[in-house]
Amino acid sequence: MFDDLETKIINQLQESFPLCSQPFAKLAEQWQTDEQVIINKIQALLDQGILTRFGPLYNAEKLGGAFCLCAMQVKGQDWDTVVSIVNGFTEVAHNYQRQHRLNMWFVLATETPEAIAQIIQQIETQTQQKVYAFPKEQEYYVGLTLSLS
Amino acid sequence: MTMDTIDTIDQELIYAIQDGLPLVSHPYQTIATQLGLTEQQVVTRLNRLKQQGFIKRFGIVVHHKELGYKANGMVVWDIPDQQVDNIGQMLANFPYITLCYRRPRRLPLWPYNLFCMIHGKNQAQVLNYLEQLKQQENLSQFHCQILFSQRRFKQRGARFSLKKTNEMQYV
Repeated sequence: MFDDLETKIINQLQESFPLCSQPFAKLAEQWQTDEQVIINKIQALLDQGILTRFGPLYNAEKLGGAFCLCAMQVKGQDWDTVVSIVNGFTEVAHNYQRQHRLNMWFVLATETPEAIAQIIQQIETQTQQKVYAFPKEQEYYVGLTLSLS
Repeated sequence: MTMDTIDTIDQELIYAIQDGLPLVSHPYQTIATQLGLTEQQVVTRLNRLKQQGFIKRFGIVVHHKELGYKANGMVVWDIPDQQVDNIGQMLANFPYITLCYRRPRRLPLWPYNLFCMIHGKNQAQVLNYLEQLKQQENLSQFHCQILFSQRRFKQRGARFSLKKTNEMQYV
Protein backbone atom coordinates (compact mmCIF):
# COMPACT_ATOMS: atom_id res chain seq x y z
CA MET A 1 0.00 0.00 0.00
CA PHE A 2 0.95 3.63 -0.09
CA ASP A 3 2.82 5.36 2.69
CA ASP A 4 2.01 8.77 4.08
CA LEU A 5 4.21 10.71 1.68
CA GLU A 6 2.98 8.78 -1.36
CA THR A 7 -0.60 9.47 -0.35
CA LYS A 8 0.15 13.19 -0.04
CA ILE A 9 1.84 13.25 -3.43
CA ILE A 10 -1.03 11.44 -5.13
CA ASN A 11 -3.82 13.35 -3.43
CA GLN A 12 -2.33 16.82 -3.50
CA LEU A 13 -0.23 17.05 -6.63
CA GLN A 14 -2.79 16.07 -9.26
CA GLU A 15 -4.45 19.45 -9.36
CA SER A 16 -1.47 21.66 -8.82
CA PHE A 17 2.24 21.75 -8.38
CA PRO A 18 3.96 24.89 -7.05
CA LEU A 19 5.21 27.34 -9.65
CA CYS A 20 8.11 28.84 -7.76
CA SER A 21 11.88 28.65 -7.70
CA GLN A 22 12.17 25.56 -5.50
CA PRO A 23 8.84 23.75 -5.68
CA PHE A 24 10.03 20.58 -3.98
CA ALA A 25 11.54 22.57 -1.11
CA LYS A 26 8.23 24.38 -0.70
CA LEU A 27 6.36 21.08 -0.47
CA ALA A 28 9.03 19.72 1.88
CA GLU A 29 8.40 22.61 4.24
CA GLN A 30 4.62 22.02 4.18
CA TRP A 31 5.00 18.30 4.65
CA GLN A 32 7.90 18.54 7.09
CA THR A 33 10.31 16.47 5.11
CA ASP A 34 13.30 16.98 2.86
CA GLU A 35 13.06 18.08 -0.79
CA GLN A 36 15.30 15.23 -1.96
CA VAL A 37 13.01 12.72 -0.23
CA ILE A 38 10.07 14.06 -2.27
CA ILE A 39 12.04 14.06 -5.51
CA ASN A 40 13.13 10.46 -4.93
CA LYS A 41 9.61 9.40 -4.06
CA ILE A 42 8.11 10.94 -7.21
CA GLN A 43 10.83 9.25 -9.26
CA ALA A 44 10.03 5.91 -7.59
CA LEU A 45 6.28 6.33 -8.32
CA LEU A 46 7.11 7.08 -11.96
CA ASP A 47 9.44 4.06 -12.15
CA GLN A 48 6.72 1.82 -10.70
CA GLY A 49 4.23 3.06 -13.28
CA ILE A 50 1.88 4.50 -10.65
CA LEU A 51 2.39 7.94 -12.15
CA THR A 52 2.44 8.23 -15.91
CA ARG A 53 3.80 11.72 -16.02
CA PHE A 54 4.83 14.62 -13.88
CA GLY A 55 4.21 17.96 -15.53
CA PRO A 56 1.58 19.74 -17.60
CA LEU A 57 -1.64 18.36 -19.01
CA TYR A 58 -2.32 20.42 -22.11
CA ASN A 59 -5.60 21.44 -23.65
CA ALA A 60 -4.78 20.00 -27.05
CA GLU A 61 -7.84 21.49 -28.73
CA LYS A 62 -6.87 24.95 -27.61
CA LEU A 63 -3.39 24.32 -29.00
CA GLY A 64 -4.89 23.54 -32.40
CA GLY A 65 -5.24 19.77 -32.20
CA ALA A 66 -8.32 17.60 -32.31
CA PHE A 67 -9.67 14.57 -30.51
CA CYS A 68 -12.24 12.02 -31.52
CA LEU A 69 -13.62 8.97 -29.77
CA CYS A 70 -14.05 6.10 -32.22
CA ALA A 71 -15.42 2.59 -32.02
CA MET A 72 -15.26 -0.57 -34.11
CA GLN A 73 -17.07 -3.86 -34.16
CA VAL A 74 -14.28 -6.44 -34.22
CA LYS A 75 -14.81 -10.19 -34.44
CA GLY A 76 -12.83 -12.51 -32.20
CA GLN A 77 -10.62 -13.98 -34.88
CA ASP A 78 -9.71 -10.51 -36.18
CA TRP A 79 -8.76 -9.02 -32.82
CA ASP A 80 -5.01 -9.29 -32.90
CA THR A 81 -4.74 -8.02 -36.45
CA VAL A 82 -7.05 -5.07 -35.88
CA VAL A 83 -5.41 -4.14 -32.58
CA SER A 84 -1.99 -4.09 -34.14
CA ILE A 85 -3.17 -1.99 -37.10
CA VAL A 86 -5.04 0.51 -34.93
CA ASN A 87 -2.31 0.83 -32.30
CA GLY A 88 0.23 1.24 -35.06
CA PHE A 89 -1.14 4.74 -35.67
CA THR A 90 0.65 7.30 -33.50
CA GLU A 91 -2.62 9.29 -33.52
CA VAL A 92 -4.30 6.59 -31.40
CA ALA A 93 -4.01 7.87 -27.84
CA HIS A 94 -5.74 5.05 -26.04
CA ASN A 95 -7.54 1.93 -26.96
CA TYR A 96 -9.84 -0.17 -24.80
CA GLN A 97 -11.80 -3.34 -25.32
CA ARG A 98 -15.35 -2.88 -24.03
CA GLN A 99 -18.41 -5.09 -23.69
CA HIS A 100 -20.70 -4.23 -26.57
CA ARG A 101 -21.15 -5.14 -30.20
CA LEU A 102 -18.97 -2.08 -30.69
CA ASN A 103 -16.14 -3.63 -28.70
CA MET A 104 -13.04 -1.63 -29.58
CA TRP A 105 -12.99 1.97 -28.35
CA PHE A 106 -10.10 4.29 -29.04
CA VAL A 107 -9.33 7.97 -29.03
CA LEU A 108 -7.71 9.72 -31.96
CA ALA A 109 -5.60 12.77 -31.26
CA THR A 110 -4.47 14.68 -34.32
CA GLU A 111 -2.66 17.81 -35.32
CA THR A 112 -5.65 19.30 -37.11
CA PRO A 113 -9.42 18.68 -37.08
CA GLU A 114 -9.25 17.58 -40.75
CA ALA A 115 -6.77 14.82 -39.97
CA ILE A 116 -9.38 12.95 -37.90
CA ALA A 117 -11.34 11.96 -41.02
CA GLN A 118 -8.15 11.04 -42.88
CA ILE A 119 -6.92 8.72 -40.13
CA ILE A 120 -10.36 7.10 -39.84
CA GLN A 121 -10.31 6.42 -43.55
CA GLN A 122 -6.84 4.91 -43.35
CA ILE A 123 -7.88 2.65 -40.49
CA GLU A 124 -10.97 1.55 -42.42
CA THR A 125 -8.90 0.81 -45.52
CA GLN A 126 -6.26 -1.15 -43.63
CA THR A 127 -8.65 -3.12 -41.43
CA GLN A 128 -11.51 -3.45 -43.93
CA GLN A 129 -13.85 -2.55 -41.07
CA LYS A 130 -16.10 0.39 -40.40
CA VAL A 131 -14.98 2.97 -37.87
CA TYR A 132 -17.79 4.77 -36.01
CA ALA A 133 -16.78 8.28 -35.03
CA PHE A 134 -18.18 9.90 -31.90
CA PRO A 135 -16.92 13.47 -31.94
CA LYS A 136 -17.62 15.53 -28.86
CA GLU A 137 -20.62 17.81 -29.40
CA GLN A 138 -20.76 19.23 -25.91
CA GLU A 139 -18.49 18.84 -22.93
CA TYR A 140 -20.12 18.95 -19.50
CA TYR A 141 -17.08 18.25 -17.42
CA VAL A 142 -13.50 17.35 -17.86
CA GLY A 143 -10.86 16.34 -15.40
CA LEU A 144 -9.91 13.18 -13.69
CA THR A 145 -8.43 13.35 -10.26
CA LEU A 146 -8.49 10.27 -8.16
CA SER A 147 -7.93 10.18 -4.45
CA LEU A 148 -6.58 7.66 -2.01
CA SER A 149 -8.49 7.35 1.21
CA MET B 1 -10.97 41.87 -25.28
CA THR B 2 -7.73 40.19 -26.23
CA MET B 3 -7.49 36.75 -27.72
CA ASP B 4 -5.46 34.21 -25.84
CA THR B 5 -2.49 33.51 -28.04
CA ILE B 6 0.79 31.74 -27.67
CA ASP B 7 4.06 32.90 -29.14
CA THR B 8 7.11 30.97 -30.32
CA ILE B 9 8.65 30.94 -26.87
CA ASP B 10 5.46 29.51 -25.37
CA GLN B 11 5.55 26.81 -28.02
CA GLU B 12 9.14 25.94 -27.22
CA LEU B 13 8.26 25.80 -23.55
CA ILE B 14 5.23 23.57 -24.18
CA TYR B 15 7.40 21.29 -26.26
CA ALA B 16 10.25 21.22 -23.76
CA ILE B 17 8.17 20.04 -20.82
CA GLN B 18 5.64 17.81 -22.52
CA ASP B 19 7.23 14.68 -21.13
CA GLY B 20 7.44 16.18 -17.68
CA LEU B 21 9.42 18.51 -15.52
CA PRO B 22 12.96 17.57 -14.56
CA LEU B 23 13.03 16.08 -11.07
CA VAL B 24 15.60 18.46 -9.66
CA SER B 25 15.63 21.09 -6.97
CA HIS B 26 15.20 24.01 -9.43
CA PRO B 27 13.21 22.47 -12.29
CA TYR B 28 12.15 25.79 -13.85
CA GLN B 29 15.75 27.01 -13.86
CA THR B 30 16.78 23.84 -15.74
CA ILE B 31 14.12 24.51 -18.40
CA ALA B 32 15.04 28.19 -18.51
CA THR B 33 18.69 27.38 -19.18
CA GLN B 34 17.69 25.06 -22.03
CA LEU B 35 15.54 27.72 -23.64
CA GLY B 36 17.73 30.74 -22.93
CA LEU B 37 15.23 32.30 -20.55
CA THR B 38 15.31 33.26 -16.90
CA GLU B 39 13.67 31.13 -14.26
CA GLN B 40 11.19 33.91 -13.56
CA GLN B 41 10.22 34.12 -17.24
CA VAL B 42 9.49 30.40 -17.28
CA VAL B 43 7.38 30.61 -14.11
CA THR B 44 5.48 33.64 -15.42
CA ARG B 45 4.78 32.02 -18.77
CA LEU B 46 3.62 28.77 -17.18
CA ASN B 47 1.31 30.69 -14.87
CA ARG B 48 -0.18 32.52 -17.83
CA LEU B 49 -0.58 29.35 -19.92
CA LYS B 50 -2.40 27.83 -16.98
CA GLN B 51 -4.65 30.86 -16.47
CA GLN B 52 -5.49 30.97 -20.17
CA GLY B 53 -6.35 27.28 -20.17
CA PHE B 54 -3.62 26.04 -22.53
CA ILE B 55 -2.44 24.00 -19.57
CA LYS B 56 -5.44 22.27 -18.03
CA ARG B 57 -3.64 20.94 -15.02
CA PHE B 58 -0.09 21.10 -13.84
CA GLY B 59 1.02 18.31 -11.58
CA ILE B 60 1.21 14.56 -11.51
CA VAL B 61 -0.76 12.30 -13.83
CA VAL B 62 -1.70 9.00 -12.25
CA HIS B 63 -2.26 5.65 -13.85
CA HIS B 64 -5.68 4.94 -12.40
CA LYS B 65 -5.41 1.18 -12.65
CA GLU B 66 -2.25 1.10 -10.59
CA LEU B 67 -4.02 3.17 -7.92
CA GLY B 68 -6.61 0.50 -7.38
CA TYR B 69 -9.29 2.11 -9.56
CA LYS B 70 -9.47 -1.05 -11.57
CA ALA B 71 -12.92 -0.58 -13.03
CA ASN B 72 -13.99 2.11 -15.40
CA GLY B 73 -17.45 2.02 -16.79
CA MET B 74 -18.46 4.05 -19.79
CA VAL B 75 -22.12 4.76 -19.14
CA VAL B 76 -24.12 5.76 -22.18
CA TRP B 77 -27.64 7.15 -22.23
CA ASP B 78 -30.31 7.82 -24.80
CA ILE B 79 -31.71 11.17 -23.69
CA PRO B 80 -34.18 13.25 -25.72
CA ASP B 81 -32.27 16.06 -27.44
CA GLN B 82 -34.13 18.82 -25.61
CA GLN B 83 -33.18 17.38 -22.21
CA VAL B 84 -29.64 16.16 -22.82
CA ASP B 85 -27.82 19.37 -21.88
CA ASN B 86 -29.62 19.68 -18.55
CA ILE B 87 -29.02 16.08 -17.65
CA GLY B 88 -25.40 16.19 -18.80
CA GLN B 89 -24.71 19.19 -16.59
CA MET B 90 -26.43 17.54 -13.67
CA LEU B 91 -24.41 14.31 -14.08
CA ALA B 92 -21.16 16.26 -14.23
CA ASN B 93 -21.70 17.42 -10.66
CA PHE B 94 -21.41 13.95 -9.20
CA PRO B 95 -17.95 13.26 -7.77
CA TYR B 96 -17.68 9.77 -9.21
CA ILE B 97 -18.44 10.98 -12.72
CA THR B 98 -15.15 11.92 -14.27
CA LEU B 99 -16.07 12.77 -17.85
CA CYS B 100 -19.38 13.72 -19.43
CA TYR B 101 -19.99 14.48 -23.11
CA ARG B 102 -22.79 14.75 -25.61
CA ARG B 103 -21.93 12.84 -28.79
CA PRO B 104 -23.87 11.86 -31.95
CA ARG B 105 -26.04 8.75 -32.14
CA ARG B 106 -25.14 6.16 -34.79
CA LEU B 107 -28.46 4.54 -35.54
CA PRO B 108 -29.47 1.77 -35.60
CA LEU B 109 -26.40 0.31 -33.89
CA TRP B 110 -25.91 3.08 -31.38
CA PRO B 111 -28.87 5.04 -29.95
CA TYR B 112 -26.94 6.80 -27.17
CA ASN B 113 -26.13 10.51 -27.15
CA LEU B 114 -24.78 11.11 -23.64
CA PHE B 115 -21.53 9.50 -22.51
CA CYS B 116 -20.10 9.60 -19.02
CA MET B 117 -17.29 7.78 -17.30
CA ILE B 118 -17.58 6.32 -13.83
CA HIS B 119 -14.40 5.14 -12.13
CA GLY B 120 -14.43 2.80 -9.16
CA LYS B 121 -12.34 0.32 -7.23
CA ASN B 122 -14.26 -2.52 -8.82
CA GLN B 123 -17.24 -3.15 -11.08
CA ALA B 124 -19.61 -3.55 -8.11
CA GLN B 125 -18.78 -0.06 -6.88
CA VAL B 126 -19.29 1.42 -10.34
CA LEU B 127 -22.66 -0.35 -10.67
CA ASN B 128 -23.62 0.90 -7.23
CA TYR B 129 -22.90 4.50 -8.22
CA LEU B 130 -24.98 4.09 -11.34
CA GLU B 131 -27.90 2.66 -9.38
CA GLN B 132 -27.75 5.54 -6.87
CA LEU B 133 -27.71 8.00 -9.71
CA LYS B 134 -30.71 6.49 -11.47
CA GLN B 135 -32.76 6.52 -8.29
CA GLN B 136 -31.77 9.94 -7.00
CA GLU B 137 -32.19 11.70 -10.31
CA ASN B 138 -35.08 9.73 -11.72
CA LEU B 139 -33.08 8.51 -14.69
CA SER B 140 -34.51 5.00 -14.89
CA GLN B 141 -36.92 6.19 -17.57
CA PHE B 142 -34.00 6.59 -20.01
CA HIS B 143 -32.36 3.71 -21.79
CA CYS B 144 -28.82 3.34 -20.56
CA GLN B 145 -25.99 0.88 -20.88
CA ILE B 146 -22.70 0.41 -19.10
CA LEU B 147 -19.62 -0.69 -21.01
CA PHE B 148 -16.82 -1.84 -18.76
CA SER B 149 -13.30 -1.87 -20.08
CA GLN B 150 -12.00 -5.38 -20.38
CA ARG B 151 -8.52 -4.72 -21.62
CA ARG B 152 -6.42 -1.64 -22.12
CA PHE B 153 -4.20 -1.79 -25.17
CA LYS B 154 -2.72 1.63 -25.15
CA GLN B 155 -2.67 4.68 -22.93
CA ARG B 156 -0.52 7.67 -23.53
CA GLY B 157 -0.75 11.40 -23.16
CA ALA B 158 -0.80 14.00 -25.87
CA ARG B 159 2.36 14.44 -27.92
CA PHE B 160 3.47 17.74 -29.34
CA SER B 161 6.16 18.48 -31.83
CA LEU B 162 7.46 21.66 -33.37
CA LYS B 163 7.09 22.04 -37.10
CA LYS B 164 9.64 23.99 -39.10
CA THR B 165 7.25 26.88 -39.09
CA ASN B 166 7.21 26.63 -35.32
CA GLU B 167 3.50 26.11 -35.52
CA MET B 168 2.30 23.78 -32.83
CA GLN B 169 1.73 20.32 -34.11
CA TYR B 170 -0.23 17.75 -32.23
CA VAL B 171 0.92 14.22 -32.92
